[in-house]
Amino acid sequence: HKCSGSGTGKAPLSLRAVLIIQNWFRGYRARLKARQQYALTIFQSIEYADEQDQIQLCNFFTFMLENYKHIRKEEIELSQLTESKLDMMDKQDYVDLIDVPDSYQGPRLQFPLTCADIDLLLEAFKGKQILHARYVLEVLFETKKLLKQMPNFTQIQTSPSKEVTVCGDLHGKLDDLFLIFYKNGLPSGSNPYVFNGDFVDRGRNSMEVLMILCVSFLKNKTYSISYLQIHGKKILQTLEELYTWLPIGTIIDNEILVVHGGISETTDLNLLHRLERNKMKSVLMPPKEINKDYNTDSKHSKLGVTISAHGRIKASGLSSEHLPKHEWEQVIDILWSDPRGKKGCFPNTGRGGGCYFGPDITSKILNKFQLKMIIRSHECKPEGYEICHGGKVVTIFSASNYYEEDSNRGAYVKLCSGTNPRFFQYQVTDATCFQPLHQRVSTMENSAIKILRERMISRKSDLIHAFQHQDRRKSGKLPVSQWAFCMESILGLNLPWRSLSSNLVIIDQNGNVEYMSSFRNIHIEKPIKEANSALVETLYRYRSDLEIIFNAIDTDHSGLISMEEFHAMWKLFSSHYNLHIDNSQVNKIANMMDLNRDGSIDFTEFLKAFYVVHKYETMVKPEATNLA
Amino acid sequence: MADEKDREETAVAEFHKKIKEAFEVFDHESNNTVDVREIGTIIRSLGCCPSEGELHDLIAEVFTPGSEGTPHLHVPADAIEIVQIHSDSQSFLEEEEPTGYIRFEKFLPVMTEILLERRYRPIPEDVLLRAFEVLDTAKRGFLTKDELIKYMTEEGEPFSQEEMEEMLSAAIDPESNSINYKDYISMMVIDEN
Repeated sequence: HKCSGSGTGKAPLSLRAVLIIQNWFRGYRARLKARQQYALTIFQSIEYADEQDQIQLCNFFTFMLENYKHIRKEEIELSQLTESKLDMMDKQDYVDLIDVPDSYQGPRLQFPLTCADIDLLLEAFKGKQILHARYVLEVLFETKKLLKQMPNFTQIQTSPSKEVTVCGDLHGKLDDLFLIFYKNGLPSGSNPYVFNGDFVDRGRNSMEVLMILCVSFLKNKTYSISYLQIHGKKILQTLEELYTWLPIGTIIDNEILVVHGGISETTDLNLLHRLERNKMKSVLMPPKEINKDYNTDSKHSKLGVTISAHGRIKASGLSSEHLPKHEWEQVIDILWSDPRGKKGCFPNTGRGGGCYFGPDITSKILNKFQLKMIIRSHECKPEGYEICHGGKVVTIFSASNYYEEDSNRGAYVKLCSGTNPRFFQYQVTDATCFQPLHQRVSTMENSAIKILRERMISRKSDLIHAFQHQDRRKSGKLPVSQWAFCMESILGLNLPWRSLSSNLVIIDQNGNVEYMSSFRNIHIEKPIKEANSALVETLYRYRSDLEIIFNAIDTDHSGLISMEEFHAMWKLFSSHYNLHIDNSQVNKIANMMDLNRDGSIDFTEFLKAFYVVHKYETMVKPEATNLA
Repeated sequence: MADEKDREETAVAEFHKKIKEAFEVFDHESNNTVDVREIGTIIRSLGCCPSEGELHDLIAEVFTPGSEGTPHLHVPADAIEIVQIHSDSQSFLEEEEPTGYIRFEKFLPVMTEILLERRYRPIPEDVLLRAFEVLDTAKRGFLTKDELIKYMTEEGEPFSQEEMEEMLSAAIDPESNSINYKDYISMMVIDEN
């Protein structure tokens, strides 16, 4: 290590001064980096916990299927009629039903598409215009048609004049896509792209991203798009079918495998080539046998169950419509697995599906199928990409600022046989990029702490119960270790609680936590005063699940459901999630929401009523700082 | 007597948990190891302020050169331009030379002792201020950008370019191109608390 005094004549005092300043700065900078890493850990851990919640939601749909008995006969017949009629309509009739008014200012697309259409669309989206539903549907229909003709794995060959660009998760970030196209050129025959999944969900412009990708695909046919996860609800049915036709992966120059998640020790490419991918209806629920007790039929979507009639939930169809279990599992592994440094293959407990695969697994599978490298996405990386397993596995992630402004860079990789892969990084910038490090870290940290506190408030009653159980002497205080233990077990998040404690709670001179102080400056706004706290918290916690369920029940998309439907659904929900909520309380709230007294509930209003109020957010800090 | 021993044991247990937390946050592979280049950050995040020299010695105590480390590619600080990396002729697919990693089992006892002995205490604010004043030979209340750069990058344990840029981005007053060190220190202290 270098430790130089300067030349002759400098007093040792100034050298000492320099060393002091350098030492202090390095300490300060390191603490900033640690805070940044803590914030990222919070974001990631909540993201994965949310993914697990999704699985619970899907289990609930299954449960609903088996138990929902609210059926009105006339409605069934009517809805079944409309359903089958829609199914039978081919694309042209359906699309022709939709009129585009003269007043529509957005882009008008012509089929078959030309370069002009892509430019038109890009310009329109840059100008924040909206594409009319008719064109959306047409694009989706055409894309589906084309995808059907493609094999499970798209084969691409590169050449010196034709490099292929692989992009990772976009998550609906339109600005990132624009930046990539700007720097790397629009997709074309000589400039092919592979988009490796997760192009939608979470980002604000999911639909636009999807449209641009589909339109580019239709125009140029030399890409592949592989599996994705969707959380959006628009035009769900067409999208569902389209997704089942997306290829599973890509193989470049017969040596590079591109898949969304990864592999497992049992990954069998031959099997994956052969299976009927469109029968992969749901990643979240394994294929079941039909239960002959209830004579219904259904369509499973990525979310679990499509509820498509008034109050009637359709159940599992013929088993030949689904993949056999072992094939289904192969696809799950491809979509959900993550590489890790530890050797071997282990269940992926973070995500609840797929596995963690080690460098030995990678070597084994690559050798088995005579491949050299795996390119995958699925995980956010601070630099936009990461190389592991001795260079054999590359993660590429293309949504910059994914968790938060400045949380990470995005990247894409360009490949050409005979040359090394080239990585390109970027970040969609805002004014924040020019801010000094400490301000950027502060912003990110505040955002992470805020969502963590919202998580806490949604479990307030359970947390207080746990704290009080530990606090025998009823002093209102607990040692940090006990506080941390309660936090982890109730919230189910594996976070560095001791390091975060000063941001979440007041700590006294002796290092004890005043556990009630977390709840002082934040509360959930109640829709009515009489609602008790436990109920309010529960409804707040499950509000996004409830929204999905309500929307599923609300088949005419009116935003309203009947009181009866609400009660029936609520009963199932609370029993499945094991909620000990006084039903009369819920009824009271529901009655208040029925503003017109016409027996129907506007559920958007119902859910909007629960929001978290953050008062003055900074905590009062104690005098002594705990340094060691 | 027994009471004191109890207290020390509890203190040690608490230190262990604290160290584990700080370590885990950088354990990206969830296999109880961290890249050796992160160890300085971890130690400093626990409130200690070793010099670069002291850090180097510490690492030597706990370092394990190995083949399971995740090779990192160093990325320039420039976050705005698209940066092209790894386009030299070095074969990409060969086994990369790992930099090494630190195992938790080795790190824990060393770090616990550091915390127990209260080694590498941080610099108090007034000492820091005094240090700046020493460098400000003309007693103007500020240092020019060039002066600061010269001191920080040519003397003592010199800053890297990245470190220098980061200090300047927060410290410098763009109009005068100088650093009012008193304001700078106050600002940093507020931010930390």
